[in-house]
Parts: sequence; structure tokens; C-alpha cells
Amino acid sequence: MRGSFLSNQGVQVKICVCVKQVPDSWAEKKLSASDSTLDRASADRVVNELDEYAVEEALRIVEAGEGEVTILSMGPDEAADSVRKAISMGAHAGIHISDPALHGSDALATSLVLAKAIEGRGFDLIIFGSESTDARMSVVPAMVAARLGLPQMTFANKVELSGDSLTIHRVTDYGYDEVQSSLPAVVSVVEKTNEPRYPSFKNIMAAKKAPMETLSLADIGLDASTVGLANAWSQVNDFAERAAKAKGTIITDEGNGAEKIKEFLVTQKFI
Amino acid sequence: MTEVLVLIDHTDGVIKKVSLELLAMAAGIGEPSAVFIGPGADAALATLGDHGAKIVYVADSQAMLDHVVIPKVDVLAKLVAEKSPAAVLIPSSADGKEIAGRLAIAVDSGVITDAVAVSADVIATQNVFGGATIVHSKVSKGTPIITVRTNSIAPVQSGGSATRVDVAVEISASASATKVVNRVSVAKSGRPDLSEAAIVVSGGRGVGSDEGFTKIIEPLADALGAAVGASRAATDAGWYPHQFQVGQTGKTVSPQLYLASGISGAIQHRAGMQTSKTVVVVNKDADAPIFDLADFGVVGDLHSVVPDLTALVTARK
Repeated sequence: MRGSFLSNQGVQVKICVCVKQVPDSWAEKKLSASDSTLDRASADRVVNELDEYAVEEALRIVEAGEGEVTILSMGPDEAADSVRKAISMGAHAGIHISDPALHGSDALATSLVLAKAIEGRGFDLIIFGSESTDARMSVVPAMVAARLGLPQMTFANKVELSGDSLTIHRVTDYGYDEVQSSLPAVVSVVEKTNEPRYPSFKNIMAAKKAPMETLSLADIGLDASTVGLANAWSQVNDFAERAAKAKGTIITDEGNGAEKIKEFLVTQKFI
Repeated sequence: MTEVLVLIDHTDGVIKKVSLELLAMAAGIGEPSAVFIGPGADAALATLGDHGAKIVYVADSQAMLDHVVIPKVDVLAKLVAEKSPAAVLIPSSADGKEIAGRLAIAVDSGVITDAVAVSADVIATQNVFGGATIVHSKVSKGTPIITVRTNSIAPVQSGGSATRVDVAVEISASASATKVVNRVSVAKSGRPDLSEAAIVVSGGRGVGSDEGFTKIIEPLADALGAAVGASRAATDAGWYPHQFQVGQTGKTVSPQLYLASGISGAIQHRAGMQTSKTVVVVNKDADAPIFDLADFGVVGDLHSVVPDLTALVTARK
């Protein structure tokens, strides 16, 4: 059911893969006390691991025919590292949108910025991971499709490209929907769609020299009044760390462990 | 009282529990109106009325089935423009979140996802970073569009009845740009849905094999009428299918009872289950961080404790 069947031999495909730099998903994350945005210094910064499936899918499509893959990311200066990291999987170029005014942007603003950066570049496919491991909203791919007026081909665990016809398997709670569209289109892929490759030494070296555009808001034709924390469509009133749970009863099994759990479940009326 | 629109999640008229929960939540904000899209509205009308809906807006046309997400956005956008509701509540499923995101753009409004509570003045509570942080936020522009997680509130039967109001919507060009050519159902286990289940029995690295899942974890789940979950270590090892993975990547669950066997409790896993009401742990390693979340824990070998527990639970029935 997984993987790609590709038949685009000899066709030039231009693919944009959007990636996000996030705190390591194996680390504790925090909000910053001053403005309730993500405290990016509190954990190691990595490429959102679900975006690696998007990069891999793009590379497989291009390798089955011809074409190039551009990595696009919006984020603070440090996010340039994540663009290079994603390129080192085998992509060809990078675009990094960085502007102090972007700090605290919500999903509506983020989708606006990405759409503006993508517009007019002639991409056939824009591929996302299905969610970021920090915000976990899963809305930006659909929003970018809406803003660009392109077919929304999201939550795919299979992507099939044949000429300019695209078919995906959209994961549902009963199985999947087979969905078709023409190109260009916006795709998001779910976890485990493929097996993301590790960057090879050759590609790591190539990524250092790959063309990278660093663009400000003005460069993509947006005004600071449309983005950032102060202009967000929603705001955080307050937040608190969850109180640590009171220590429960822990026993060591001496042949009676199951019996003790059963007694607990009975007291709690689960059985 | 101002209307609050609730998008009903259903399969051919069979209403999902989360929809009735959202009607109860909407009643705390204003007057609940259900939005029912697709076939089966007549079968659902009485249940929706009994759970607080005064009006059920119905959009039932072939276009709603032929395309994903966007026709529903078109219906909701029309209703938001006509009714100026106090809020729109949508189930926090993959579809629900995409509908909410696109609706926010269509009606130029803010969107909040994965709320677990919404107050009378439409302030949403979210458990972020896997429940480690509790955030209160509100939409500051337009109509609040909020997706709400399953199991956030209990449904309330009001004994009322609802009026059906049909809504005619011409779907947008972007809706018809994607076409569903086939719907494929994958055989179900007969167990409850992982994200909706009241009890989840979960296994991790300590389970040791795919056989461990079928011979130890699944029988306990079936004895308890529970869903089966797995840690990332277990799904990465190929012992259990990925769609049952609970964690930072994977599903977020918040059941009444979460029973974790052979799971150490790395942040990756805790992020998907730490808002569970009651947690029971079986693990060989007394120092495993999962014990910090346990209401009741046994330091011991799951390969003997869990089958014994299954036998005891079965014997009680």
C-alpha cells in the first residue's frame, strides 16, 4: 500500500518541499514567559521529522524522471541550518524566509508567507509533512492550497504521478480515499509513507554549495502588518505548566502483581 | 441567544460520539445548531435534537461525497456569513482541522485547534506539548473557529427536538479540483477506535515481538473492551501497525484508563497519553519514567503479569 509508483520518465518536475525547524521531539518543550511563543532555545533544533518523509517523497519522484527539489522554510536565522540539512538529503536549492517581524506568526500568517514565496515560481508540486511535532495543528498544507487556489491532496500515504495526473491515497479512519487531481497541486504525506534516506557525504558537501535565497518579508511583497504576534488572528491569554502528578502506588510483583492491578481496577470501577 | 455552529461527524447518518460532545459544549456558549453534511440526516435528526441542537442545517448532495474537505468549508462559510454565529465547533480529526483551517481563511477569522474546553466567553483551553503545558487562548479576529478533541466533555440529553433546514450550496472551483475516485475500507479489528476508546491497553519495547502483541496485549484489551496502542519502539520494530502508535508522532489519546506494558515512557510517548485520567503501568525497570505518571504500577515482568491479569478480568465477567 505504501511507496510510489512513478511513470514520469523524461518529464521535468519542479518540486517545492516546505520544512519547519522545531525543537527535538525527544526533548521537553516550553513556552517563553515573556510572550507565550515557543521557547526555541529550550531544546535542540531539528528538521521536523515528519517533513523528512516529504523530502524523501520529492526526491523519489524526481529520481524516477528528471527535475529538481527546492527546500522552503520560514523561520528565524537559525532555521537556515534546517534548510541545508534538508538539502543534504539530495535536494538542489533552498529558500529561507526570515524577518524579525515574523516572530509569533500563527498558521494563517505562516500560510500567507509560504504561499507568497511559492507563487510564480512554477512549481508542479508543493509537498509538506502532515504536521509539525511542536504545534501539531496539521492545517498549514490545506491553508497554503487554499491561498494558492491549488488542489489540496493531503494526508497521503501513497503518491502516484503519471504525466500531469496525480493520485494519492488519503488516509481515513476507515481505510483510505483514492483522490485524483491535476498538477500543480499541494500534497502532504503522513509518517511512514516511505523510508527517509540519510544524507550521504557527497550530498552533505553539495548542500554547502547549493544555491540558497534568503528573503525578507519585503522581498516576497508582504507588509509587516499582516504577520507576527501582534497581528495574529488568535492570542494566548495565559499558560501554565501542568502540575506534576501525585505519586501513585507502586508495588513490586511477587506473583501477586496481576491480583493487585485487578483490585485497583475494581476499586476504580473499571471492571 | 446567539447560535453556535457544530459540524457533525458521521458515517451515513451514524453520528460519532464527539459530535454529541460538541453539542454539549456549544450549549455552554450559546444556542447549538448542528451542521449535517452528506446523506443520512433524517436518521440523525432526533438524536441531534435530543442532544441540544435546535436547528440542523443539512447539505446533502453528491458533490459532498465526490470531493474531500472543501465542500464542507463552502457550506460552513455560507452559514457563518448568514448567521454570524458566536463560534464554530468542529471535531479535531484530520478532516476537521483542515476544514477549520480553510474556513478561517474563507471568513477571515482566527482558528484554534485541539481545544479540550471552551468557556462561555469563547476562551479555549488546550493541552500543548503533549499535555505538559495548559494554554488558554482566544480568537481575536472574526468568528472563533475551534476544533475540539474527543472525550473533552460528556454528551447531555436535553429531550429536545430539532428542526431540519436545508442549505443549498454551490461548491467552489477549488472543491472540484480534487475528486474522490474510490473509497476503500480496510478490515477493522472490532475493537473500539483508538482515539475515542475509554480504555487503551498499550505495549512497548518490553513486549518483545509481534507475537507478544497478539498473545499478551490484544487478549487483555479484548477482556477489558479496550483499544490497543503501541509505543514508537514497538511500531518501528514492526511488531504492531503504525496507525496504532501513541505519542508525539502518532495518535494523542486521553482515555479514562491507560494501561502501559513494557513502555519506558520517553517524552515521545508521554506526549501522546499523559492527559489520560488513570494510568496503570507494568514494567520490569523500577526506574522507568512512565512510573511518574502511574496511579498504580507494578514492577514486574509483563509476560507473566499481563496474562494473569487477563485471566482475572475474564473470570470476573
